[in-house]
Formats: sequence, C-alpha cells, structure tokens
Amino acid sequence: MKVLETKNLVSGYGETDILHDVSIELKEKEIVSIIGPNGAGKSTLLKTIFGLLRPRGGVVELIGAEVTGLSPDRIVRKGMSYVPQVDNVFPSLTIQENLEMGAFIRTDDYGDKLEEVYELFPLLQERKNDKVGKLSGGQRQMIAMGRALMLDPRVLLLDEPSASLAPILVGMIFEKIIDINKTGVAIMVVEQNARETLKISDRGYVLAMGRKVFEDTGKAILENKEVGKLYLGG
Amino acid sequence: MVELIVYGIVLGAIIALGSIGLTLVYGIVRFANFAHGDLMTAGAYVALFLVTGLSAWLGIPDTTFGSLSFGWRMALAFPIAMLCVAGVSILLDRILYRPLRAKRSHPVIMAMSALGAAFIVRMIVLILWGADYRFYRPGVMRPAILLPLGVKIRPDQILLLLVVFSLVILLYLFLQRSKMGKAMRATADNMELARVSGIDTERVIIWTWGIGGALAGAGGILYGIDVQLHGGMGFNLLLPMFAATILGGIGNVYGALVGGLVMGIAQQVSTAYLLPTYKPAVAFIVMILILLIRPQGIFGGGRS
Repeated sequence: MKVLETKNLVSGYGETDILHDVSIELKEKEIVSIIGPNGAGKSTLLKTIFGLLRPRGGVVELIGAEVTGLSPDRIVRKGMSYVPQVDNVFPSLTIQENLEMGAFIRTDDYGDKLEEVYELFPLLQERKNDKVGKLSGGQRQMIAMGRALMLDPRVLLLDEPSASLAPILVGMIFEKIIDINKTGVAIMVVEQNARETLKISDRGYVLAMGRKVFEDTGKAILENKEVGKLYLGG
Repeated sequence: MVELIVYGIVLGAIIALGSIGLTLVYGIVRFANFAHGDLMTAGAYVALFLVTGLSAWLGIPDTTFGSLSFGWRMALAFPIAMLCVAGVSILLDRILYRPLRAKRSHPVIMAMSALGAAFIVRMIVLILWGADYRFYRPGVMRPAILLPLGVKIRPDQILLLLVVFSLVILLYLFLQRSKMGKAMRATADNMELARVSGIDTERVIIWTWGIGGALAGAGGILYGIDVQLHGGMGFNLLLPMFAATILGGIGNVYGALVGGLVMGIAQQVSTAYLLPTYKPAVAFIVMILILLIRPQGIFGGGRS
C-alpha cells in the first residue's frame, strides 16, 4: 500500500522552478532514498511534500488523502513527520523539552512513546535535562529524529541526516534509521551520502536538475555502472 | 546613595516589567514594539477608571490596607486592568501588526506602524482623562518607614517590589513548566521547526502579546501608584525599557529583568549628580554605550 505519493510535482523558489514533474512513491514499511548531485532539488522535493513550499503543480497524497498545499502543522497531524537538514532542534530547550515539543498536539499521555524514543536513543535519556545547544551534531540529529517520532508518524521524511556528521557517526545514524523503519515507519530519506544510503534502501530515485532521471531497487542502482558514473561519483 | 539605589531598584522593577514584555515579543515575532510604553499608560488609566469610577458605582468601600495608599478597589482593579491591556495588546497585533507581517512588510513600516499605534493609544488616554497629572488617591499622606542606613521607603514601594517579584516568578514557572510556555520558548528558538512539530504558532503569538501586554499594564499601574499618572508616562519609560532589553540581550527574559534593574539604578543614582530632568538622557547614554561596547547585551541574545 502506498503511504506517500507525488504526481507530476512542480515547485521552486521565487520565479524559478526547481522541480519539474516529479512523481515518486513510498510504500508501507519501505525505506526509499532520493539521491543525486548538489542542487538537484532533493531538499526542495521534501519541503514541497511537507508543505513548507507551495507546489506550482501536481499532487501530494498521504495515506490515500490529498495534502497538496496544506501547511506543515496540518500535515504533521495527518501522520507524516519531517526532520530538516539544519536547525532541526530547539537549542535553548532541554532534550526532554525538545521531545515534548514533538508531542505538542498530543492530548493523551505520551509517556510510553517517550520511553520508546529513549530506548531507541539511550544516550538521550542520560542527558535528558541538558540544554540541546551545547550538544554535538550526532546528538542533535538523534534529538531531531526523536522529536519527529513523538507523534507516531506513518511516514518520516529525513533531509540529509548524515550531513556534517563525523564518519563514525554516519554508520550509527543509518543503523537508527533501520531501527525506526523496523517499528513500522515508512521512511523517505534525501542523502548526499548516496552509496551508504542505497545499501539500506528498498528503492531509490535519482534526481538531477530537478527531474527524476532513474529509479530502481537500492541494490540495482548500486550495481548500475552508468548511474554510478553519472550520479554517484564513479 | 544607598537610598538612591533602593529607589533605583523600585524604578528598575517597573522598567523590567516593560522590558520583559518587549523582549518576549521581540523573541517571537522579531519586532520592536514602540507602542509598549503606551500600553503601560493604558494600564494605569484603566486601573484609574476602575478605582475611581466603577468601584464607586459598584459600592466597593474606599478603604486602604494598613499603611498602604490603596485597598480593595486597587486589589480588584489591578488584575482586571492587566487583562484589559493584554486584550489591547492582542488586538493591536491582530488588526495592525499581523496583516503587515503577513505581507512581509519592511521593518521601517513595522516600526512606523508601532509608533502610530503608540500615538493612538496615548491620544485616547488624553482625550478620555485629559493631560493633568492624576493620582489613584489624591491628597493621601504617604508616610515612609525608616530602614537601616537612613533609607526611607514607603510601604507602597515594598509591596510594589513584592508584586513585581511574584509576577516574575509566575512568568518563570509558566515558561519553564507549562506546555504553552515551553512552546513559546521553542517558537522563539525556531519558528519554522515549531510549525513543523505541529505547534500552532499563531496561538503562541497571541499568548506572547497577551503576556507582554499584561506585564506592561501591571508596570503602568505600579508606576502610577509609586509616582503619578500622566499621558506621557509610558512613553517616557520606553527609552529605559529598550536600553534594558538590549542590555539583557534581546530575546532574553531574565536578562531583561536584570537590565531593567540596572537602568533604574543608573537613572536614580544619576540624580545625585545631575538634575532629575536629565534622567531620560542617562537612559539614552547607557543605551548608546551598550550598543557601542557590547551590542549583544551582557548575557547574549535569547537566540543562539
């Protein structure tokens, strides 16, 4: 079952179109990666799906309902969460408060969910009363992902989760992505780190100049020599 | 000298109520509200109406608490006037600032509109109550008690400090413990991420204006009790309020509190060497010095 689908999405900033007719889909329990060179429109695609940019054309469907052009605070209520690439934590709040903000719209007791997130990221529990501003990039990324999980989303959008992380942390973040996926969350991840991402992805899309140029299973894209040469740096 | 410092703390506590509101609003909507001083004036006069007009009409006895200069009428008027100013503050945002924000207006336009709002509020006060100096209880003896070191302080002023202290504690608890308080801090940190998390940032903005307005109203009434009421009272406090806000680091609530106290003390102590009429100039000089030496304030901004 498809949980997220875009049909012929067109979007951009100011006068310029950045995305042209992008149609992609994410099925239940999948990890799907969006890869491609710098400036291909990968982040723009996620921002448009999540309502941070208003599409110029096309349709976004989330769990069978159209959400095209809805604002982020409406979309987040419909079962999709988003982790931006930068500025993805509240620096002057503590770790625990960051997670609470992720659950802001919940009116039920979310103590269990908090426990679950702390189980996934035990490091966060140890330092839950620390202000986030002082923490490292890897810890911030964990907090950002934890915050996004607080609403029990069906779909999670991750914008370059491994960007600006030390190599040793990159592997850890990818392991966490697999862990989150195993709890039943479908994940769409945009990455510069294409090879590592494809290894954990069920399927992948290659974006270039704002257009979808290739799609296949993660494994097949990795083995495709031509795609590798053109878009994955040889 | 010790006495001037004590009076400075009293004035500073009033300034702090204003600068906390300024800094809260700036932290969330990145906007310097020049009408904030006149919201103080509005609070003082709404309380005057409640104390002299409505309370008499309702038959609330005009007695005083012990050696204080006011009684039940003011005790009732105080919170009601705070709520009224909160309402005015929210209304100003909804009908004036919010549409301008939505149009992404230039900061100069925003500043001009705030200045216009300041004039409107002040003129309404002047039309309704005139330009004379007013007191909540005219002709009342306001005896002072003698503290060690020859400090004379009125019971009113001690209560004033207690009220400000309690309001600051309440605000602290609200910001640290309540869900809306935490959402306000989160929105000040990063409004886009707040929206992405599902926080209704418009509601956060309304709360921010409401709290800022209520604190301004409280500050205005306290100033009216301590000194007197006048149509220009709040506007005269605007400069020290801005100086206190910058001194504490724009967006930093606790910095604004300290900044307010520093400004109050600086202004009062200056009267030992300068004519009291130069008090606003002292505020201005302190503000210029801060901007030249440490524009991020002593504690840095509330935003990283």
